[in-house]
Amino acid sequence: MDAILLIDFGSTYTKLTAIDIENEEILATAKDLTTVNTDIMIGFNKAYEKLIQNIGNKEVNFVKKLACSSAAGGLKMVAIGLVPELTAEAAKRAALGAGARILGVYSYELNKHEIDEIISKKPDIILLAGGTNGGNKDCIIHNAKLIAEHIKDVPIVVAGNKNANDEIEEIFNNAGVFYKITENVMPKLNTINVEPAREVIRSIFMQKIIEAKGMKKAENFINGILMPTPAAVLKAAKVLADGSDKEEGIGELVIIDIGGATTDVHSIAKGDPSKPGVTLRGLQEPYAKRTVEGDLGMRVSAISLFEASGTRRIKKYAPNTPFDVEERCKFLQQNVNIIPQTDEEYEFDEAMGMVATEIAMERHVGTIESVYTPMGIIYSQVGKDLLNVKNIIGTGGVLVHSRNPEKILRAGLFNMETPNYLKPTNPNILVDKKYILSAMGLLSEEYPDMAVRIMKKYIVKA
Amino acid sequence: MQNGKTVVIGVIGADCHAVGNKIIEHALKENGFNVVNIGVLSPQEDFINAAIETNADAILVSSLYGHGEIDCRGFREKCDEAGLKGIILYVGGNLVVGKQDWKEVEKRFLDMGFNRAYPPGTDINISIKDLKKDLGIE
Ligand code: B12
Repeated sequence: MDAILLIDFGSTYTKLTAIDIENEEILATAKDLTTVNTDIMIGFNKAYEKLIQNIGNKEVNFVKKLACSSAAGGLKMVAIGLVPELTAEAAKRAALGAGARILGVYSYELNKHEIDEIISKKPDIILLAGGTNGGNKDCIIHNAKLIAEHIKDVPIVVAGNKNANDEIEEIFNNAGVFYKITENVMPKLNTINVEPAREVIRSIFMQKIIEAKGMKKAENFINGILMPTPAAVLKAAKVLADGSDKEEGIGELVIIDIGGATTDVHSIAKGDPSKPGVTLRGLQEPYAKRTVEGDLGMRVSAISLFEASGTRRIKKYAPNTPFDVEERCKFLQQNVNIIPQTDEEYEFDEAMGMVATEIAMERHVGTIESVYTPMGIIYSQVGKDLLNVKNIIGTGGVLVHSRNPEKILRAGLFNMETPNYLKPTNPNILVDKKYILSAMGLLSEEYPDMAVRIMKKYIVKA
Repeated sequence: MQNGKTVVIGVIGADCHAVGNKIIEHALKENGFNVVNIGVLSPQEDFINAAIETNADAILVSSLYGHGEIDCRGFREKCDEAGLKGIILYVGGNLVVGKQDWKEVEKRFLDMGFNRAYPPGTDINISIKDLKKDLGIE
């Protein structure tokens, strides 16, 4: 039978998913440790053998093999802009949406010290923005000059004031810097334009980063490592929400992915004010938005999760836990491979997951402030209003393997105690049980209708 | 016809009077300005950040609800701090509550570092004339 092989070279595991094209079903899945430090194909081949075993005695012909990757540290980026809340923030959002891990965000004219810091962080790509079109160009030109002088071996994506592009081109050409110029991430004040930069980042990822990370060999066997894993998840989210040519989507949605080190939130939603009389302020939000909380994780970031929440917040979800919250978080961070065994341990992990969900959602969604007048209250909103979002989906190991994913996801919903956070009020609560989102993002590149149908089939009520 | 100058406009503080702001945007555009309108309910920082990114030549602050003095305090110093040395700052609307001697009110705003301050009911075209003069384009 004809099938498609979807591969995720993850930071820890290489995960394979085989799709039966005719029946639009998951034939089998398999995983093994990622072996990027020796030869990426060793881990792949082990996983592949398991996959073939799991498929059993069926004759399978893989007509397409597509991959995404977050191996070897993922796609590491630095974003540079002018004002922190404006072009620097827009650049950061563009990079996050391209699936990057953000090593740092810089603003205004860089100094030598910051350049050294950037070099020491070893980014794979630098995104350089600054100025609206027709606006400030001194800053981006200053920064381009410093980069040209000191950083020669990192690809640069230029997405700033278009009036500066000719000069930047000359600076980078003279210095022999590899760069690509694309549209401004903030062409007009508070107007965001992240898609062109995202596409260019992805093309550089395919063109240069895969090879730099020693993964080129994998491309002899597969059709291509198309994008970073988080970009595949965002892609899947988008097609699931919007639908494809033939298949209707499920509407606006939020995806929560709690991991050992970070908690990711993706939202596919316009985020316009849902109530009348609300003034929207600040930088426009991308329709497909991704945020990553580097201090909220179940293991590697357990201590910072404790620091962000405190004992009482965790105890709110596990009132009778026998553990000292701080001690337990320290222990988990020192023993990252711990899997809960007892009911108490389960309860504690669950409470951590709920706190991570709650805080990550607070940081992702927009907020509303009220201004009192004798004529009544008027409101001002910053960020996305997600009150009416229809679906919230859990993915990632913690949620997929949890005994009670619904309970964890509910911690991310609207809460009367903190009504200024515009979180979903009454969405369908779904789980990516088979862990297929990144695979479906890849599949949707060539078979979007099928990807939507398969997601609707396998992403189910929690 | 564009005159090549960029002006940031908005209504400062917790002030939501939106009508005059739209009229000012329209009048400035008619006169060839590139207008960056940050709208109502705008803190000082938003004016300043907008002016930095867009390389603005002037900032026109509106305040209609009577708390203009408090909202505008420290504006010039923040501009200096942000590298917007010498940017032209105007303020107008209903700057203070009740009937106060305009000369005194004006002085207070000029002392704060505004280049010009306008009494209630000023036709925006008067201020546009001043602006062109101050920018040396007429
Ligand atoms: C409509 C209105 C409202 C509406 C606003 C709806 C909206 N979202 O726009 C609502 C009902 C919400 C409202 C609320 C309040 N309002 Co009211 N409102 C008015 C009213 C009746 C008309 C405003 C208007 O749109 N005018 C038409 C436009 C075109 O004129 P403009 O806004 O003045 O702007 C022009 C000029 O001022 C000038 N200008 C403005 N900025 C600048 C800047 C520069 C540099 C220059 C040169 C010129 C300039 O050019 C503009 C265009 O021609 C005025 C009274 C009045 N007739 O002006 C009161 C008035 C402004 N409100 C007032 C007050 C006190 C309030 C409230 C505090 C309480 C209340 N009494 O209702 C709240 C405040 C809410 C808040 N947080 O902002 C007072 C302000 C008193 C003062 N400053 O001494 C006024 C003057 C009424 C009064 N006489 O008491 N208000």
